[in-house]
Amino acid sequence: MRKYSVFAVAREAMRAHKGWEAQWTSPEPRSQYDVIIIGGGGHGLGAAYYLAKEHGITNVAVIEKGWLGGGNTGRNTTIIRSNYLYEESMDIYEHSLKLWEGLSQELNYNVMYSPRGVMMLSHNIHDSQVFKRHIHANRLYGIDNEWLTPEQAKDYCPPLDISASARYPINGAALQRRGGTARHDAVAWGYARAASDRGVHVIQNCEVKAIRRGPDGAVTGVETTKGFIGAKKIGVSASGHNSMVLAMADVRLPLQSNPLQALVSEPLKPIFPCVVMSNTVHAYISQSDKGELVIGAGTDQFNSYSQTGGLQIITHTLDAICELFPIFRRVKMMRQWGGITDNTPDRSPIQGVTPVPNLFVNCGWGTGGFKATPGSAHLFAHLIARGEPHRLAAGLTLDRFRTGRLIDEAAAAAVAH
Amino acid sequence: MTGANRIAGAGRLTPAKTARFSFDGRSYTALAGDTVASALLANGVHLMGRSFKYHRPRGVVSAGPEEPNALINVSRDTARSQPNVRATVQEVFDGMKVGSQNRYPSLSFDLGGVNDALSPFFAAGFYYKTFMWPKQAWASIYEPRIREAAGLGVSPTEEDPDHYACRYAHCDVLVIGGGAAGLAAARAAALSGASVILADEQPELGGALHFDTGAEIDGQNGYAWAQKTARELVGMENVTLLSRTTAFGYYAQNFVAMAERVTDHISRPEANAPRERLWQVRAKRVIIATGSIERHMVFADNDRPGILLASAARTYLNHFGVAVGRKVGVYTAHDSAYEAAFDLKRAGVSIVAIIDSRMRPGEGLLEQARSLGIEVFTDHAVIATSGRLRVASMTVVPNGGSAKRKFTIDALITSSGWTPSVHMFSQSRGKVAYDAATGRFLPGHYVQDCVSVGTCNGTDDLQAILEEATAAGVKMAAESGHDGAAAATPAGRNLFAWTGGMAGAAYGAGPDDSVKAFVDFQNDVCAKDIRLAVREGMHSIEHIKRFTTNGMATDQGKLSNLHGLAIAAEALGRGIPEVGLTTFRAPYTPVTFGTLIGHARGDIFDPTRKTPMHAVEEANGAAFEDVGQWKRAWYYPRAGEDMHAAVNRECRTVRTSAGYFNASTLGKIEVVGPDAAAFLNLIYTNSWDTLKPGRCRYGIMLREDGFVYDDGVVGRIAEDRFHVTTTTGGAPRVMHHMEDYLQTEFPHLDVWLTSTTEQWAVIAVQGPKAREIVAPLVEGVDLSNEAFPHMSVAEAKVCGVPARLFRVSFTGELGYEINVPADYGAAVWEAVAKAAEPFGACPYGTETMHVLRAEKGYIIVGQDTDGTLTPDDAGLAWAVGKKKPDFVGIRGLKRPDLIREGRKQLVGLLTKDPNIVLEEGAQIVADPNQPKPMTMLGHVTSAYWSENAGRSIALAVVAGGRAKLGQTLYVPMPDRTIAVEVSDMVFIDKEGGRIHG
Repeated sequence: MRKYSVFAVAREAMRAHKGWEAQWTSPEPRSQYDVIIIGGGGHGLGAAYYLAKEHGITNVAVIEKGWLGGGNTGRNTTIIRSNYLYEESMDIYEHSLKLWEGLSQELNYNVMYSPRGVMMLSHNIHDSQVFKRHIHANRLYGIDNEWLTPEQAKDYCPPLDISASARYPINGAALQRRGGTARHDAVAWGYARAASDRGVHVIQNCEVKAIRRGPDGAVTGVETTKGFIGAKKIGVSASGHNSMVLAMADVRLPLQSNPLQALVSEPLKPIFPCVVMSNTVHAYISQSDKGELVIGAGTDQFNSYSQTGGLQIITHTLDAICELFPIFRRVKMMRQWGGITDNTPDRSPIQGVTPVPNLFVNCGWGTGGFKATPGSAHLFAHLIARGEPHRLAAGLTLDRFRTGRLIDEAAAAAVAH
Repeated sequence: MTGANRIAGAGRLTPAKTARFSFDGRSYTALAGDTVASALLANGVHLMGRSFKYHRPRGVVSAGPEEPNALINVSRDTARSQPNVRATVQEVFDGMKVGSQNRYPSLSFDLGGVNDALSPFFAAGFYYKTFMWPKQAWASIYEPRIREAAGLGVSPTEEDPDHYACRYAHCDVLVIGGGAAGLAAARAAALSGASVILADEQPELGGALHFDTGAEIDGQNGYAWAQKTARELVGMENVTLLSRTTAFGYYAQNFVAMAERVTDHISRPEANAPRERLWQVRAKRVIIATGSIERHMVFADNDRPGILLASAARTYLNHFGVAVGRKVGVYTAHDSAYEAAFDLKRAGVSIVAIIDSRMRPGEGLLEQARSLGIEVFTDHAVIATSGRLRVASMTVVPNGGSAKRKFTIDALITSSGWTPSVHMFSQSRGKVAYDAATGRFLPGHYVQDCVSVGTCNGTDDLQAILEEATAAGVKMAAESGHDGAAAATPAGRNLFAWTGGMAGAAYGAGPDDSVKAFVDFQNDVCAKDIRLAVREGMHSIEHIKRFTTNGMATDQGKLSNLHGLAIAAEALGRGIPEVGLTTFRAPYTPVTFGTLIGHARGDIFDPTRKTPMHAVEEANGAAFEDVGQWKRAWYYPRAGEDMHAAVNRECRTVRTSAGYFNASTLGKIEVVGPDAAAFLNLIYTNSWDTLKPGRCRYGIMLREDGFVYDDGVVGRIAEDRFHVTTTTGGAPRVMHHMEDYLQTEFPHLDVWLTSTTEQWAVIAVQGPKAREIVAPLVEGVDLSNEAFPHMSVAEAKVCGVPARLFRVSFTGELGYEINVPADYGAAVWEAVAKAAEPFGACPYGTETMHVLRAEKGYIIVGQDTDGTLTPDDAGLAWAVGKKKPDFVGIRGLKRPDLIREGRKQLVGLLTKDPNIVLEEGAQIVADPNQPKPMTMLGHVTSAYWSENAGRSIALAVVAGGRAKLGQTLYVPMPDRTIAVEVSDMVFIDKEGGRIHG
């Protein structure tokens, strides 16, 4: 793999960039792999990379139905944070955040991790009780998260309206300074390039039609639109479609798939310095490096695999955004889109073994999957390589819905995402 | 004169009607009906913007919504400053201020232009390969610089004073687009008797007839026919004709969203007129007549100001009476540019030459050019242009050759053909199909009840278009139940076909050339960038788009997508249909946030719910807190009291005399029917069979997973009638929860549910003097302990008003809750206040309510529980019917983790220092000196100063808490560690005698 650097770019600039090679190769599938990962998003590509890098397993294929990063990796609003409440959540999201901090260097690919701060607005006493519970838990766990007064919040994010006349006045905020954003496509491409460099096969436009199992019940491979591909182990990480893929192995997952919409404005000169979320009014917003305001909406209530949703979700979201930031009322929406999230009953992910031997699943990331990408991928690789979960992901088992050992961030925090 | 380039006698604007406006501080005159672009062109100004990445000088390219370059800021005043306005769409009004964007210090001299000099370095995706060293520099140095250079316009900095409106509409037939096809279709549908909405984005109807002066319909000029037809439609009762209205989103079940620009073209709008209006239309049938968009030629340096689309030049001439130059070059791969050249030539403009990349232009064009004295070079290419702020020359070679000829020009018009606008069709989830014969994507498989007509459907000949549109209008009307008079098909004739042309790079910008041949003007994406993306392994068109940003600018690829696709296909060695288009997403053109919001702002962003007693409380000086949508009285400060003092006084008063409390926000559901008790048995963990009419019981309900969902007192009014109360926040979701189960799980039960939250005003009177205060107001109930003990309910009259009277307590004191119809709430509240006065009793707010209930260890669901506690965790195991065969959550409750040892349990906490009040949300540990990450045992859920106990009190969830009674634990705070002792949850009147009065 040719190293990316300012010098390499300068050298190529002299010869019209004719010397760049493909970032990843697109080989024909082999007949047999040690590991097949189903789903070429950030989680799947990252898992393949860490399998090769940390576990020495390089006979790996990532199989993607469409194009790399075309699912939720390329459709989310790129928010990164780790200030969750429960230890299971803090473990995995903080692990992920630490990996984010060095990911550009790790992959030699600028993923533009930008720790510009994620601020969650508190509008009432209930909000402040919940946020303080998070802040104290985070502090004792070694994760940064601090309480701001309304004035401090306004200092940090000048467009914020903290007047008492607002419909839901702001009585404070929780700020994680290390939280921020990253460039979503770069994460998929960076992992694909680094994995490909280590011998991983990245196979696009290849849809899995069936999962084959041997007499012992263990997986033997997959039937795809490119024919049968054998595998000793299979890891599934197909975001909104996980329940459909696992159904091919007769595993029923406790998942519901719902559209989640987002939108961007036309590009503007820098006006919005951080990420702001408000659960009470249901909105979150940041500004991309291109200058677009990136705004996330709530989940459409109906189950669907269609990557669109209703206009009323968008309008409700903008109601809230403009209530918090009335200066944006004249700004224009440039593009709206949707992705399909798979949601568990406790809104926390599942990463673990399945009842089928050598079939592993990474799913249920709901609306929070992007921020978890490097951490989830890293731990998923461990799970596949060792056959048992890493300590930091030990609580994310599928079995918890039978035992009742739930990780209910949503119930505990009443905070989505 | 309104500009040197205005051609006398040309165009449709009225020379006498003028308007003044300024552009970057300089004043110009326009004619009424001008767009900013046409007015600036009339004044010889082509330079209107700077590109996004290289900050290259740019002129207007189009005359419509596809404009990528001429983005301007329009303002009436500082608060009404609108960035990123397309100059080609914005109509001029008198006094408007227009500014250019994305340049410093000026449009003609922009320091950002240094990026252009560095452009060899700034190839597509360069930022993924660099800015990684040193590690911290991305966030601190590189990214801030990149952000400053990026962006287009400047955001408004003041709240928008304008307002926006919203309309919902139903119709039989919605027609999107009011060109020849849309008008004919709308007319046919309307004459059939269907209710019709016709929406068009331009101020006047006519679409392409604006420029195509060669078109004739029913023997008259096409544009004149369009105006006549529009007038006819306006006169029909069953037609709503909306101009300046853009259909921008096509959603499920023929739901189409449209934005109407109401006042942006008016100099002094009426004060109460909305700026824009959102139309949300549900149509039985939709006719899509959105026409086509002309593409530019992709060749070296094709982006200089003065280089624009042929159809745009024709629009400026034939509609606005403006010549885009005096010495105009033409570079085309399509016949339509000839019509533009001929029109300009006839208007007295010199046509320097027509350069046609094709061998054979359409029939008769060469002869016509010759007769007009225009030189035509077929099979030639423009391989370079010059001119910094305005194109000055073009260099021409034979295709494949190298013999150069240079022509001096001051404008260059181009066309590579027309792209059918399949945006709305595609948004409807229809599948486009590639028509290899004409090289176009056209509507293929339909998913919704809609039809495409006209050039957006690939129909080229005007007569065929009118026939297709008329037939569609009749058919869609019939399908929506109307088959009245059939309209006669108008007769049409036009001069050129829309088909043909080319997509991709022209000669001189081919695969081996590294010139700047722009595909996407705004985002500075060149043909070579797309090829670079392919070289780097980006083989999906979605990857190419994201890697190069082609089609991601504010025009969303209206000009660039097909070119980009063709160049990618060539580089990949695959066919165009195999590579495929990217997804079309809403909105078709950008939509103002304010328009989408409409009225939902300020007070009506979210309804504010006020209790019937709100005004009285306000008059009494209550401070309020937000609880969901409700405003609740928080505390009642007297003169000189802060919150702390007021709450302490209220707490003392309730326990020594009495207090009264507005509990109206409590959720209330009337559960009625022969199976009402059976239903409640299933919804609640408690048993209701044994509850006699006239008695109440505290109940808890679980979710399916076994965790506490809500609680409240339920009174049995009669055998078949229950008065259920819920938490304030839980009222709507408990109602839904019950209704959901009743309809889906227990449909066999004969029960009706009615939300009565807002029908009852509730006044709680609590304290040792409560009976003495309430008794004189009550008729029909003996309030003695014997006749009406704790947990009783009766229908009675209070203050002469029909009431439901509860003997319940959330304070641990003797207490009553008076429920009266909401309209009487304020009067009864005042009567209670008057009755209370002699006893020194006072009103108390939610804060005192919280303290008093915590003193007794009564929990608040949602504060002390959080959706992760079982009834046993919350100390409520007694409320779970042990013998009940079934209730919601019974299975969840039996799961191993829900019955294991060591679960978190609710307990009391007493700080060792009684003066320290813990912080709600603070975490609890056994060993405060352990290293991070610490093992946390639980957290403080409620903490108050208890004036009655004379110390701080707290409730907390602690792992294995009930087994830790008396143990010392620690609450580590940032500045200190607080030692606490685990206690039971009752801090006052542990025996519970006071409740019985």
